[in-house]
Amino acid sequence: MTGKQPFEAVVAAHGATVLRVCRAVLGPADADDAWSEAFLAAMKAYPGLPPDANVEAWLVTIAHRKAIDVTRAAARRAVPFAEIPDAGVTADDDGASLDGDIAAALTRLPARQKQAVAYHYLAGLPYTDVAAILGGTADAARRAAADGIAKLRRSYPGGRVRSER
Amino acid sequence: MSTDELARELARDLARTFPAAPGENELAGELARDLARTFPAAPGELGRLHDRLAAAAERDGILDVAYRTVDSPVGSLLLAATEQGLIRVAYASEGHEAVLQALAMRISPRILHAPGRLEAAARELGEYFAGHRRRFDLPLDLRLSAGFRRTVLSHLPEIGYGRTASYASVAELAGRPKAVRAVGTACATNPLPVVVPCHRVVRSDGRMGGYLGGPDAKRILLSLEAAA
Repeated sequence: MTGKQPFEAVVAAHGATVLRVCRAVLGPADADDAWSEAFLAAMKAYPGLPPDANVEAWLVTIAHRKAIDVTRAAARRAVPFAEIPDAGVTADDDGASLDGDIAAALTRLPARQKQAVAYHYLAGLPYTDVAAILGGTADAARRAAADGIAKLRRSYPGGRVRSER
Repeated sequence: MSTDELARELARDLARTFPAAPGENELAGELARDLARTFPAAPGELGRLHDRLAAAAERDGILDVAYRTVDSPVGSLLLAATEQGLIRVAYASEGHEAVLQALAMRISPRILHAPGRLEAAARELGEYFAGHRRRFDLPLDLRLSAGFRRTVLSHLPEIGYGRTASYASVAELAGRPKAVRAVGTACATNPLPVVVPCHRVVRSDGRMGGYLGGPDAKRILLSLEAAA
């Protein structure tokens, strides 16, 4: 008889992917909070999860809802400005790298495209699962991801620009 | 199998592996790799988030089992505790992963590595192995043992530090003088070795007898207690 794994093993197996998804959807500042809220909620519900469930899709679904909560809470806190410069996300310590550019480009995508790109390309979920999370059909999810990728390629020109370090 | 058949099978496998239109995949695959690089998840950050999760789970009362390991003269020991108390001490030979999986099935899968709850247990074991502690003063959760086995375990602390007792005399202590073999089973399935001192139970002919942690571990514990 094989039962459900200890939750520790769930965190070890999926923690990094869910953190990447949270960062892609929310940016680095709010990602930690969304990750923490998501895993706490997941741990609460874990004993009731059907044994044959797709754990990663389930976790990304919970993280998606928590990311929406975090975004709403941030919007309530925020003081509205007349105009927000389009500069986007600041790059990491090693300077204004391509990483900063692509992260900024992703931040500027419409929410649905950003989510579709993150859940399909970062979390590796098939479009049927992405559609279950976002609502709508698998085809619509595929289109949202394709539109997002097309926009990313326009604002992140040249494709393979980075040289391997 | 003919070359044609092989080729067809290979093509089917490839189609399954790359189901989407090839153009889309090539374009997006590169971006996906860059995306994954852009949002790295460093082990240190994950460790910090894991500890924050363990603290929040403890606070919300959903950390059903906390565990940690400690190094000892008898090898790495797994310690696991519920909110009631210490529920499991396991030798490396039992397979710590297997022990955690068994706890997930018998107690709850809400299990995290969370050393905080096991601070007192780790400290007392450290003192014991240093020869400074003769009895453990820890809340125990004996849920993993039932019936006569549990009765036997509850009598084992009556065998004092540095002493031994025969399986037969423990059977007598437990109120069933003829259940010598059942005492052996109770010791072999003790979920809390070292803390509940089944290592002090030996054969009537003076030989050491078996031990769930192996004969070397039993010898180490008995000579530690004899020397202190």
